[in-house]
Amino acid sequence: MAARTALGRLFGRVRQSDLLWSFRSSKTTMVAGVVVGVMFLASFLAPWIAPQDPYDPASLSLSDAMKPPVFSDRGFWLCPGGYELREGACAEEAKGSWQFPLGTDDQGRDLLSTILYGTRLSLVVGFASIALAMVLGIGLGLLSGYAGGALDAFLMRVADVQLTIPAILIALTLDGIVRGIVSTQRHEEIALFVIVFSIGLSLWVQFARTVRGSVMVERTKDYVAAARIIGVSSGGIMLRHILPNTLGPVFVISTINLAVAIITEATLSFLGVGLPPTQPSLGTLIRVGNDYLFSGEWWITVMPGIALAVLILGVNLLGDWLRDALNPKLR
Amino acid sequence: MIGFILRRMIQAVVVLLVVAFVSFVLFNYVGDPINGMVGQDTSIADREKLREELGLKDPITTRFIRFVGDAAQGEFGLSYRTTEHVGRMIFVRMPATLELSFVAAVFALVFGIAMGVYTGLYPRHWFSRLLQAISLIGISLPTFLIGILLILFFAVTLRWLPSFGRGDTVDLGGWTTGFLTLTGLRALILPSITLGLFQLTLIMRIVRSEMLEVMRTDYIKFARARGLSNRAVHFGHALKNTLVPVITVTGLQLGAIIAFAIVTETVFSWPGMGQLFVQSVFFADIPVMSAYLLLIAFLFVLINLIVDLLYYAVDPRLRSAQSAMRVR
Repeated sequence: MAARTALGRLFGRVRQSDLLWSFRSSKTTMVAGVVVGVMFLASFLAPWIAPQDPYDPASLSLSDAMKPPVFSDRGFWLCPGGYELREGACAEEAKGSWQFPLGTDDQGRDLLSTILYGTRLSLVVGFASIALAMVLGIGLGLLSGYAGGALDAFLMRVADVQLTIPAILIALTLDGIVRGIVSTQRHEEIALFVIVFSIGLSLWVQFARTVRGSVMVERTKDYVAAARIIGVSSGGIMLRHILPNTLGPVFVISTINLAVAIITEATLSFLGVGLPPTQPSLGTLIRVGNDYLFSGEWWITVMPGIALAVLILGVNLLGDWLRDALNPKLR
Repeated sequence: MIGFILRRMIQAVVVLLVVAFVSFVLFNYVGDPINGMVGQDTSIADREKLREELGLKDPITTRFIRFVGDAAQGEFGLSYRTTEHVGRMIFVRMPATLELSFVAAVFALVFGIAMGVYTGLYPRHWFSRLLQAISLIGISLPTFLIGILLILFFAVTLRWLPSFGRGDTVDLGGWTTGFLTLTGLRALILPSITLGLFQLTLIMRIVRSEMLEVMRTDYIKFARARGLSNRAVHFGHALKNTLVPVITVTGLQLGAIIAFAIVTETVFSWPGMGQLFVQSVFFADIPVMSAYLLLIAFLFVLINLIVDLLYYAVDPRLRSAQSAMRVR
């Protein structure tokens, strides 16, 4: 009962909050929110709602390979309803059908299904690496800002140097090192962890800097002095008192960096050093489809590409909105 | 000012030494360099002898100093994959990457500033809104996807431009250039647009917001009151004062351009250093990786130094030592 009223109070607070008001007052943000929400939901429900399990060989048939999407000029426009218009104008194999709304790849996999599964992996990698970067960045940022002195100087120097090096280069190098240490087959098994580790480690700096900045401001305030007087330990002050007051900007940074993490993962996978074709993310799908660009099967690479672009655009728009909505200067 | 430059140079050397140390550790402790050089049937005694001859048993400080000395002369040993000289492999591919990065940077600067000035001066015009919308898409599309879409439209569908390679190149004493042939120039168009698009949108956004801010200041009103022409006000007074952040960003982004050449080179099969780096990551070819990293770090540091010096040229306020400290 108590939990229920607490939940009710939370809902009340959310409904009356400025955040929700500013969300509803921007059409672009609402559209972005809905699109991103639908993509999140659809991809996490992929095993239940995807028309086909693209990684179960039994459900594939090579006779379905290379079908264009339903709206393609070789399908829908020439043959509305699917019947033959003119002689040879709409051969059976060049016809898109609703069975495969976005077409199929060279193995006869339904692209809609592979995209749903791929988006899922891209999001998992994105969220996991942001979580890693966040833990690392907040931890080091708190330490750096609270301890100050030589440790602070050292950590911020490292951060400065790392900030000038693009994330993709760091992630690539880390991946290469892991490849040098473990065997190829083993690498494929742990590819997911390697990539999360690489991206997470390349994105911690911004979190650390932001948290450090807020901590420097917060730690001189009276409530921290009060906590110290009543005997709260340094760790307790950092985690329970200072940390909650630095979380607003951290929230904004994680949203914007989620887009960066997804792009980095897709780029690594596209370069062939990310997720292997046995567990393809959107980037891997684009890379595989890229081989068919010149033979006319553009949809194999363009469809996952559109999914990726829409996802990133949506997350970016939400991030921009969040940044403005949480910035008291702009109110 | 000399003190400032000296301080900057010492910092640069420290950064380079740190990266050199990382490269050195990579080189020496990831995989065994001996395994890359000898066959399966070499006896352990022979291996130890080779180790002794190569100086792999010296103390770590001696080896590190030797590594730095060799690196300064472009000597990084042999590639594990092709057994070619690493320094030579990278040097042969360097012109391709640097030419591509240069064209991409010029493209981003010229169009970025022009579009930024236009959208800053006429923020409500429909064309400005269009440019703004395009820039949002430009920031959201990953580099490789832009490359693929450009290939699809301009190479596969329209057949206007080539989609891979450098075209014909001319050898100028070890530096192969694509600037002097028609096919070389045509081959540069799509890759440099792909590579520069992100930086273009970034520069455009910065110039736009700076222009919006500057145009509201009193000295612009005063310049108008003096009866200066629009052109003099816009370019002589307003644009000139937006240049400091533009230089900062362009400088930092030059490094990003060279790094992102990795992606563009893979999409367009461009025979540059980036493609070499991706291949060496794929095969865990540590000597090539560490040499490339060191070279990139050197370029980064060099660019940052030049950017710092450019501040002095652009902003007279920085020429006093005190404000130089503050800006740091």
